[in-house]
Amino acid sequence: MSPALIAALPFLGALLPGLLIRVSRTACATVTGSVTLLALIGLGLHIPAVLRGEVITARFDWLPMLGLNATFFLDGLGLLFAGLILGIGLLIILYARFYLSDRDPMGQFYTYLMLFQGAMVGIVLSDNILLLLVFWELTSLSSFLLIGYWKHLPEGRQGARMALTVTGGGGLAMIAGMLILGQIAGSFDLTVILQHKAEIQASDWYLPALILILLGAFTKSAQFPFHFWLPHAMAAPTPVSAYLHSATMVKAGIFLMARMWPVLAGTPEWFWIVTSAGLFTMVMAAKIAFFKDDLKALLAFSTVSHLGLITMLLGFGTKAAATVAVFHIINHATFKAALFMSAGIVDHEAHTRDIKRLGGLRHLMPITFTIATVAGLSMAGIPPFNGFLSKEMMLEEAAHTAPWVIPALAVIGALFSVAYSFRLVAHTFLGPVRDDYPHKPHDPGFGMWASPALLAVLVVLIGLMPMTFAGWLVDAAAGAVTGDTVHAHIKHWHGLESPALWMSLFAIGGGLVLLGLHAPFDRIWLAFPRPEAKRIFDTVIEAFAALTARVNRRLHSGALGQYLAVATLAILAGGVWAFQTGTHSPGTRSLQEIEPVAAAGWFALMVASFGVALMHRQRLLTLVLIGVIGLIVSVGFAYLSAPDLALTQISVEVATVILMLLSLNFLPKYTPAVSSTARKTRDWIIAGAGGLGVGTLIYALMLRDFAFPTIADYHLANAKALGGGTNVVNVILVDFRGYDTFGEITVLGIAATLIFALTETILRPGPANDRLRNWKSDTPDAGDRHPLMMVVATRMMLPIALLVGIYIFLRGHNVPGGGFIAGLVVAIALVMQYMASGFGWTAARQKIDYHGLIGAGVLIAAATGIGSWFAGRPFMTSNYGYFHIGPLEEFELATAALFDLGVFLTVLGAVMLALSSLTRIAVRAGQTTNIEAFDMQDKLEPGPGAEAEVK
Amino acid sequence: MELLVASAVGVMTTVGLYLILRLRAFPVIVGLTMISYACNVFIFASGRVVAGLPPILSKTATGYTDPMPQALVLTAIVISFGMTAVLVMLALGAFFEAGDDRVDLDEEGRE
Repeated sequence: MSPALIAALPFLGALLPGLLIRVSRTACATVTGSVTLLALIGLGLHIPAVLRGEVITARFDWLPMLGLNATFFLDGLGLLFAGLILGIGLLIILYARFYLSDRDPMGQFYTYLMLFQGAMVGIVLSDNILLLLVFWELTSLSSFLLIGYWKHLPEGRQGARMALTVTGGGGLAMIAGMLILGQIAGSFDLTVILQHKAEIQASDWYLPALILILLGAFTKSAQFPFHFWLPHAMAAPTPVSAYLHSATMVKAGIFLMARMWPVLAGTPEWFWIVTSAGLFTMVMAAKIAFFKDDLKALLAFSTVSHLGLITMLLGFGTKAAATVAVFHIINHATFKAALFMSAGIVDHEAHTRDIKRLGGLRHLMPITFTIATVAGLSMAGIPPFNGFLSKEMMLEEAAHTAPWVIPALAVIGALFSVAYSFRLVAHTFLGPVRDDYPHKPHDPGFGMWASPALLAVLVVLIGLMPMTFAGWLVDAAAGAVTGDTVHAHIKHWHGLESPALWMSLFAIGGGLVLLGLHAPFDRIWLAFPRPEAKRIFDTVIEAFAALTARVNRRLHSGALGQYLAVATLAILAGGVWAFQTGTHSPGTRSLQEIEPVAAAGWFALMVASFGVALMHRQRLLTLVLIGVIGLIVSVGFAYLSAPDLALTQISVEVATVILMLLSLNFLPKYTPAVSSTARKTRDWIIAGAGGLGVGTLIYALMLRDFAFPTIADYHLANAKALGGGTNVVNVILVDFRGYDTFGEITVLGIAATLIFALTETILRPGPANDRLRNWKSDTPDAGDRHPLMMVVATRMMLPIALLVGIYIFLRGHNVPGGGFIAGLVVAIALVMQYMASGFGWTAARQKIDYHGLIGAGVLIAAATGIGSWFAGRPFMTSNYGYFHIGPLEEFELATAALFDLGVFLTVLGAVMLALSSLTRIAVRAGQTTNIEAFDMQDKLEPGPGAEAEVK
Repeated sequence: MELLVASAVGVMTTVGLYLILRLRAFPVIVGLTMISYACNVFIFASGRVVAGLPPILSKTATGYTDPMPQALVLTAIVISFGMTAVLVMLALGAFFEAGDDRVDLDEEGRE
């Protein structure tokens, strides 16, 4: 299975839970698990090849110009991590099936989980660091959804937000670091970057890149001082905690450090930054964990501590230490996931996770006790479990590292680790059975303990036979990290002369003593104030929010006129600046003669334009003048060789004026005089400057020839040959630039749907609706609202208008016309029926839903585009042919006509939906609608529409 | 001819800009309509204007004007209708919500 497919499978699988949850919860979990299992099998098939040292790759060009390609590779390190992610993911899916209660939306949970899983697998299999960054951000987003899964809990939401802020912020820093790294290496492909160690470490930009990348890794892996988000993320359901904080999310930072280890490690900067962060985190978090009473908080801090341990090992920069780090990644994932799930079981059964309220569970939950004890002893580093092996090796490495403070602190960290592990087991499970549990606990069903039990078995097996069960994987992964062949020798006994033995014994002894003294130490711990990370974080965030609010209040004053004035002046200044700094040549084109008719039209346009400006307070008059302007513009288009534009403009003009008239029915008919003379003068100056700029610009443009060869010639030459039409504008719309048109009709459809939604909002109960229902017209109704002459005339004209519409549609490919214009013409013909015969009468006879028209239009256009795939051509390639049927003349059929049909339907639907929405508002306002053909006084009634609307 | 087109674009832009700086929704919408006209004519004219040479292929034609800006403007005209309709609906909603069609928020802000 291709590595790309392994990464894609969880994303595809994310689509399934939402569907299958309708079948049953078990089906949902089964199918989700099957997808993960499939990916895991696909991964497993590569194991022999990867162990032989091969690297499996898959490559798809995405944006090659930016160096961003979908390239994947699978080596030892990728195998280890992908195996952990998918393997533990599978166990978590099983566990969550039984953990989540009936009230929790399980479909959502699995969808989030699969998204997260896919993002994680994507990180560990990416060969391109830009692609890796994409997946990196996806893990931040999907973990946000997972941590905040219990939306009703404020802790969950806050924890999710904090995790997103910290890890997302680190991700941003990492983007910068990765870009620098890519620039130094000259490629964004990891495999290439990894071969440029010398150049990268010699570069001046090495330190900035290192710090930025480490910021990403440290925030993700919860290293001090970014560790504080992890305990708060424990508000998530336990399956999430077990998954994110044992094997996946927090390991992403570790993975990145391991992945970049060959090129970044080995320098003093790396050693000091990474080692000290890791060491400090390990000791500090272990100490806090010892004092935590919440089982999950204890485990959270222990996770932080163990991540610190791994970070420290990677920081050492030696191959042996990196090998130990890889081994500990495996061990930590196994015992920590088991412990989290056990903690979840305890919480699920006893209804509390507070260690101080627990104890004695050994007798009530023997299975859970066994699992937790095995995993807990492993975490403490007690032989023969797997945690012991890697801890011994860690101490061995620390012992050989200078200065002395490193091994000393490592032992202290190990000591605390023993103490809190024992405390977890002893205070929860040992001791006498209590009678004050919130809920009488007992072992859960097999489904719930199967997953942690399996992990506990692994803990034991790796512990007993490390070379058989983990050695090969450690060799492969460590080989990939260090770029060298590695043969790890994992054994239990290193001899009496080994310092690790004595350090380990000291840690165990000290840990036991510390556990015995827990009660007095706990009192001291509680007596002293501790820095509360959440409060500090909240304060910082609040300060930022306040600052933003202050800036916003200044910039966003709520006065639309100010924004527009500033925007106009800024654009104008930009234009002047461009003009000043650019080079110009004088215009060479000769001016065309002004014909009298053109001058007359221009004069009318001037009068109407200034009329609008001067008399804009009389709104009806303004509309009349707008109509005049639109008319002259369309005549101008016709005069200047643009017949299609003229037809479109004139029909849009009609629709626009009708629309505005309908809105004026409600809006005030006059604009009050509120602007001061100074304000008007200022606005005139701004507007005049803008108009002068635009006018001069287009004048200068028209006097000059094209700076580049125009693409018009191509379209003119090929319209007939390739598109099969002689109306070049229409051929461009439905063929050459069909994709653009498709986008445009989609936008139009969205706009119409938006209008419908806005109407629904207005008609919903609320202040707007109240005002509407009490609305009184400020102008009297016309005496005869539906004049007989008009009704008869529009009815007579409807078939003719429809015929004209069809005619315009059909001829569009060769002569002026087409779907846009036909749609507008038919829409206007229908609107005329509404106007003449009334809303009620027309609505009762209108059988087709306008939403449906829009949808059908977009779908037909899309289907036409897709159809060309079946002919083996790219999307939206049109085809045409000439046909001869019976007595008819030979005629042409083009797939473009079908596309144009989609355009037609969308335009028709959108215009009608917009206008009928306005009418619905009028009906709600109490306007009468007639149900009979003519408007007889005795047949008038508040329309049935009105009643229906009220309901 | 060019002078007429350019001055028409300039005047329509001026009037449009003046109107969108007003304080009521209706003039603002009308102003945007005016700016749409100006923009459409501007883009159309960027293909250079010429009379009597429509881009309809025929054997008798002596030449053709540039069809590309026309195709761009044609969809722009239809889209600007959609935009105007949305704005009208927003203005109506705001009017019913607030009782007037002012576009500025009050000093203390109107929620």
